[in-house]
Amino acid sequence: MTRHLGRVLAVAGAFLAALGFGQSVTPSQEAKIRPFRIHVPQADLDDLRRRIAATRWPDKETVADASQGAQLAKLHELVGYWGTGYDWRKVEAKLNALPQFMTTIDGVDIHFIHVRSRHKNALPVIVTHGWPGSIIEQLKIIGPLTDPTAHGGSAEEAFDVVIPSIPGYGFSGKPTGTGWDPDHIARAWAELMKRLGYTHYVAQGGDWGTPISSAMARQGAEGLAGIHINLPATIPPEVAPALAGGPLPPGLTDKERAVIESLMAYNKGGNSAYFTILTARPQTVGYGATDSPAGLAAWVLVHPGFAHWSYGADPNQSPTKDDVLDNITLYWLTNTAASAGRLYWENGPRGSVIVAAAQKTSEISMPVAITVFPDDVYRAPESWARRAYKNLVYFHEVDRGGHFAAWEQPELFAAELRAAFKSLR
Amino acid sequence: MTELQRQQTERPELRKSAHSIRPFRVNFPDSDLTELRRRIAATRWPERETVADPSQGVQLATVQALARYWATDYDWRKCEARLNALPHFITEIDGLDIHFIHVRSKHEHALPMIVTHGWPGSVVEQLKIVDPLTNPTEHEASASDAFHLVIPSMPGYGFSGKPATPGWGPERIARAWAELMKRLGYTKFVAQGGDWGAVITDQMGVQAPPELVGIHTNMAGAVPPDIDKAAFTGAPEPSGLSADEKHAYEHLAFFYKHGLGYALEMGNRPQTLYGIADSPVGLAAWIIDHDIWSYELITRVFDGKSEGLSRDDILDNITLYWLTNTAVSSARLYWENKLAFFAPKNVAIPAAVSSFPDDIDAPSRSWAEHAYPKLIYYKRHDKGGHFAAWEQPGLLVPDIRAAFKSLR
Repeated sequence: MTRHLGRVLAVAGAFLAALGFGQSVTPSQEAKIRPFRIHVPQADLDDLRRRIAATRWPDKETVADASQGAQLAKLHELVGYWGTGYDWRKVEAKLNALPQFMTTIDGVDIHFIHVRSRHKNALPVIVTHGWPGSIIEQLKIIGPLTDPTAHGGSAEEAFDVVIPSIPGYGFSGKPTGTGWDPDHIARAWAELMKRLGYTHYVAQGGDWGTPISSAMARQGAEGLAGIHINLPATIPPEVAPALAGGPLPPGLTDKERAVIESLMAYNKGGNSAYFTILTARPQTVGYGATDSPAGLAAWVLVHPGFAHWSYGADPNQSPTKDDVLDNITLYWLTNTAASAGRLYWENGPRGSVIVAAAQKTSEISMPVAITVFPDDVYRAPESWARRAYKNLVYFHEVDRGGHFAAWEQPELFAAELRAAFKSLR
Repeated sequence: MTELQRQQTERPELRKSAHSIRPFRVNFPDSDLTELRRRIAATRWPERETVADPSQGVQLATVQALARYWATDYDWRKCEARLNALPHFITEIDGLDIHFIHVRSKHEHALPMIVTHGWPGSVVEQLKIVDPLTNPTEHEASASDAFHLVIPSMPGYGFSGKPATPGWGPERIARAWAELMKRLGYTKFVAQGGDWGAVITDQMGVQAPPELVGIHTNMAGAVPPDIDKAAFTGAPEPSGLSADEKHAYEHLAFFYKHGLGYALEMGNRPQTLYGIADSPVGLAAWIIDHDIWSYELITRVFDGKSEGLSRDDILDNITLYWLTNTAVSSARLYWENKLAFFAPKNVAIPAAVSSFPDDIDAPSRSWAEHAYPKLIYYKRHDKGGHFAAWEQPGLLVPDIRAAFKSLR
């Protein structure tokens, strides 16, 4: 289905709902899996370029570094390229070269990429992105995971890959009511895997993908054999108060002390401000990011995962300039700045995504695998990981990669998944 | 004769530094106003919030009502005319152009006062108090209540210059204000402010230049540090609070829990806010979400209710931010600041406090007495919020007159 047709159906659906025909969609219709293709109208791309060209810029930051946020000269250059040289149609073609589908779960359209391996007995894995990411983050791991023999792995290490867009993100529908928190999304993912006929599968995620995958494990999703996460919630109860400015407990190892001190410095350096305001006021942030392409780009780049991103100056760095603009353009074209931010609000009462108690990790008895990427928000120590996850089957700290591990180090990331899930096939 | 020439005639000491105080008038080209309307009309909107209350931020219906009025009936030229009816000046202090309104009372022995706005405010906040303070006999007060008024735009705000280097925190602004008052020839003056204006006025009190004889603030730095900390960490309410203090604690705790996000964002990543420099609606939403009590008032105003502020008041201020492109430069003050917003700052000179119940911080008399050893005046009101001079000029003006009576 083209996006245009999707729109027509969506409008028709809203019309029927307005007339009180909302119940006319039967569960069997809802459970249907529809093929999906992307075709953004040229008018949307023209409008984006027009808006970029008309950007009204603020004055330059008063410092010589990124400590006040995205620097004017760098953002100006990136947005300039976005409005002239960048070509959305390339990524659209790349996405449309993959099998994409739509299915309605709990009243919300769920978009997903579904690539089956040609290898028999491939292990199905559902991979969940986070904010400010999207399915774009995961494109580079599809080959290595589904076609391992072409990427230094063996046929026995193959995966069938399911990559959904979180509700409110990308091509998935936007919830119009409350309740789509990580726990709800986790239940929807279990339903999705069930609809695809998978009875034995694993789940993977970083950023919001971690709480979502972890909730699937905590809920004991039918058919789920284990999870691999790369932003684990390992901060123990006696250490958590230090994150809120409290004292450090005695008895920490050198490694643990270094980790928590680096996290305290991370907070002190202002890296959590975006988290605070998205949790409290996602709608307020949404207006400027919805109306201004430059505003959206800067807001996406506020995530500390981009702290070491070179804006494309280093041509060997992944994500490239085009990769990052693919992701930002996806947010723009789907108008999801506000709806994506709302996931923080939904998570609100649960609090920190890296604190073990907040994420109820003690309730997970399923196998858990962790890869620590050194440049992520924090380097979870194995000692804490073992306390947080009682059935930790794999723990590995690798030597490179950061918050967007699948995007930055796809081959390494895929190798980690192969190793992590070996025992769960 | 220009206002500057008139003032120089009356005040010879101004003449020798005439080169450094230049008259100023507000006059934006039509093209800026047309462009603003075009942008508002072309706004790309998000979907509405998923709740029926303001708990996710500014509600779509509220900001759409605001945008509708802004793009159609709203007339900036009216505000411009009101501003230009007052004498404006610009002078360079510490390397930066400082804009200010300077209205001298016709009454001899009027007390000079510098009044400082905050974020997301501007000189527009102070317009309603100008005549009552400078011309008291027309406003149910006597000639002995008169003030000469100086109302500056903070660095990075309104018509003042935008700092290009760091360092313009509240302490430096406070020093610049003392210099401004001295440059105007005032050898005895007082200072007043709310929001950042309160922090800056407190800093003037801390620096205590000999010419400054007293201060008055709303949103005073008077919350006891242990109470402030408890509110910040979400600790249980301290015991033994009076009814007023309980109310103040609850407001503060609510603000810290749900309302601090914008301040943290601006305090840490002000430059990231490109969206509010580029999008009028983005700017408007960001501004009206200052605190939940002001937001609810503004929502009622755009619902057609008559309140302390009018639709034009709200849009005059937002339009000033838009036309001067100061969304980001104003936000940088939060990045510069290292001071606690609400805690006492050790002001030893005479101080006066007005406390408004709908403000973020509504300190009790006992807190104010503790924070200011020389508390010369305290008044707690039963209505009014964060923008006292703008919303409740009829309450604030008598407070200011009474507060400074003993210092004349």
